[in-house]
Amino acid sequence: MRHIISILVENEAGALSRISNMFSARGYNIESLTVAPTEDASMSRMTVVTAGSDEVIEKITKQLNKLVEVVKVVDLSEAEHIERELMLIKVRAGAKEREDVKRMADIFRGRVIDVSDSTYTIELTGDGAKLDAFIQALDQSAILETVRTGASGIGRGNRILRV
Amino acid sequence: MDRIKTEELTGAQIVVRCLQAEGVEVVFGYPGGAVLWIYDELFKQDKVRHVLVRHEQGAAHAADGYSRSSNKVGVCLVTSGPGLTNAVTGIATAYMDSIPMIVISGQVPTHAIGEDAFQECDSVGITRPCVKHNFLVRDVKDLAMTMKKAFHIATTGRPGPVLVDIPKDVTIHTCEFQYPDTVSMRSYNPVKKGHAGQIRKAVQLLLEAERPMVYTGGGVVLSNASQQLTELVRLLGFPCTNTLMGLGAYPGTDRQFLGMPGMHGTYQTNMAMQHCDVLLAIGARFDDRVIGNPAHFAQNPRKIIHIDIDPSSISKRVKVDVPIVGNIPDVLDVFAKLLKQARPRDIKAWWKQIEEWRSKDCLKYDRHSKIIKPQFVLEKLYEVTGGEAFVTSDVGQHQMWAAQFYKFEQPRRWINSGGLGTMGFGLPAAMGVQMANPGATVACVTGESSIQMCLQELSTCKQYRLPIKIINLNNKYMGMVRQWQQFFHGNRYSESYMDALPDFVKLAEGYGHSGMLIEKPSDVEPALRETFKRKKDLVFLDFLTDQTENVYPMIPGGKGITEMILSEDL
Repeated sequence: MRHIISILVENEAGALSRISNMFSARGYNIESLTVAPTEDASMSRMTVVTAGSDEVIEKITKQLNKLVEVVKVVDLSEAEHIERELMLIKVRAGAKEREDVKRMADIFRGRVIDVSDSTYTIELTGDGAKLDAFIQALDQSAILETVRTGASGIGRGNRILRV
Repeated sequence: MDRIKTEELTGAQIVVRCLQAEGVEVVFGYPGGAVLWIYDELFKQDKVRHVLVRHEQGAAHAADGYSRSSNKVGVCLVTSGPGLTNAVTGIATAYMDSIPMIVISGQVPTHAIGEDAFQECDSVGITRPCVKHNFLVRDVKDLAMTMKKAFHIATTGRPGPVLVDIPKDVTIHTCEFQYPDTVSMRSYNPVKKGHAGQIRKAVQLLLEAERPMVYTGGGVVLSNASQQLTELVRLLGFPCTNTLMGLGAYPGTDRQFLGMPGMHGTYQTNMAMQHCDVLLAIGARFDDRVIGNPAHFAQNPRKIIHIDIDPSSISKRVKVDVPIVGNIPDVLDVFAKLLKQARPRDIKAWWKQIEEWRSKDCLKYDRHSKIIKPQFVLEKLYEVTGGEAFVTSDVGQHQMWAAQFYKFEQPRRWINSGGLGTMGFGLPAAMGVQMANPGATVACVTGESSIQMCLQELSTCKQYRLPIKIINLNNKYMGMVRQWQQFFHGNRYSESYMDALPDFVKLAEGYGHSGMLIEKPSDVEPALRETFKRKKDLVFLDFLTDQTENVYPMIPGGKGITEMILSEDL
């Protein structure tokens, strides 16, 4: 099953590779991984999307907690949560396609953030499924480039992860 | 405000002062370019003694053996690049067995890092998967706190090696020095006390058990809980086993001790592990060499209580019913209190069953052989040393025979590489043991293949007058490899035979020691007696042993714990 794990970690050199190393050394899968400092610059927050049985997820959270630089670990998918991913996608948009592409972006609430005479670059946020759906909705041959951040997640309501 | 007295010191001076502040008496190491300033400071003082090894792997193993045998932190000091990479096997060995150790490595100057400088390697990157934690110190101002953290992390929670990588310029730069008294890290706070409710549940299970079994590992030794364990087991009257890493935690000659479990464990222990109804696991990790195939192990229903300081060890390979995370001695103290008011059930029927299994005498071997049987050497070693020696071992058949035949009465006497299984460990580890326990009897049980992996340390033994007794069980084969090839590879002894072995007696003499070649069973005991009388000398005993002898019982890889191959003699 797919799980989304949030990790608060000391913002120190090597912390990221300690975590990604642990996943690869123990054969756990990483679907995506995002990381950036939090409002407290001494700490980073990481979101890892992984898949595995409940036993495997339990092992992953224990192994993460064991890492000296890891401050807190939460399996967001244990309860209500929100996740978002950002995609930048560059598509061919000549005179012929312009309107169709713009309309499709509007339907998905994407924004055109860069324009050239033959391309549009569209910014789109949502959960992974929405981004997938947008890609599917476009003319495949028109897609020139995509870049996705991987999911970031946060608990709903009063569910708060901090030190 | 009171001004705290500080001094302006160089990084190299700070390193040495930190070691002194931590009470470090011995450092095992090898100098080189990046650590020259640290060596210069070591030279100028006499509180911290330095032992010069002949290869950095030896330094790491020696620091490890020092730690295992003394409950102090082992420290080793190596230079950048090859100095560090040579030490990696020793670091990984300590990591697998959770040994508290500090490795200080030199690094190229900070401005040269990443430029493929001479003797540069990414030490922190290379060691990351085999240390509990590691640090690269980029600023001399962070050095003292980093050293403090390193010792704190290495020795608390589940212990392990910590590496501090120090660039050469950091050892030259100066700053105000004051060694911190305390350290607090928001990301690192190991649990100490066990959960009271879980402990009550566990005690209830123990009192209701009809077929209980106590199974303990290296954690009991590392946490110094041997006495509490012994009292608990005696109070309950339960059968007990210690793993390869845990031997000596419970007295090996006691009737309640059934012998080691696992791949080469005793018949009675493996049967009891499988057929018990309540298993109390303490500081042990159900690893593949102990319980074999977990699916087979799960076939028999039983309740499992697992006490361990490391939550990630619990329910890793085997699902546990009552997990208790905590420091073992503290948890066992609570057990003892709760058990004082209670009486366990009568388990006579279970003991009868166990005695029946024990009567199989699974370690029996041919005592009338004209060729020296390795088991016989170890029995005699046990007798001659009165069971009081520190015994280190390398890895292979000799290691298993030593574990089976030397009955350890105390913890920290049996020093071996259990997790990583590092050939070459025995001799340098014995140096560490002897340094930590001057005057004690130290025997290194080894084989002709293992001993050659760190043989150069015979020279270190000479320099520091370390009177280690080397018990070389020489069957001219990598015995354990040969045994597997016999059982599972149709007797095709691929590359497990060593032609052109050295004359070990001459070799020992070449290093300034003495040696003896023993070819007949009748010479075994006299040779040992003579050797152990020589308190000041290293003696290399080369026993020519039966080339075809196998270690029994044996659980083939992937098989269940009760699917043992027993000796043909049974």
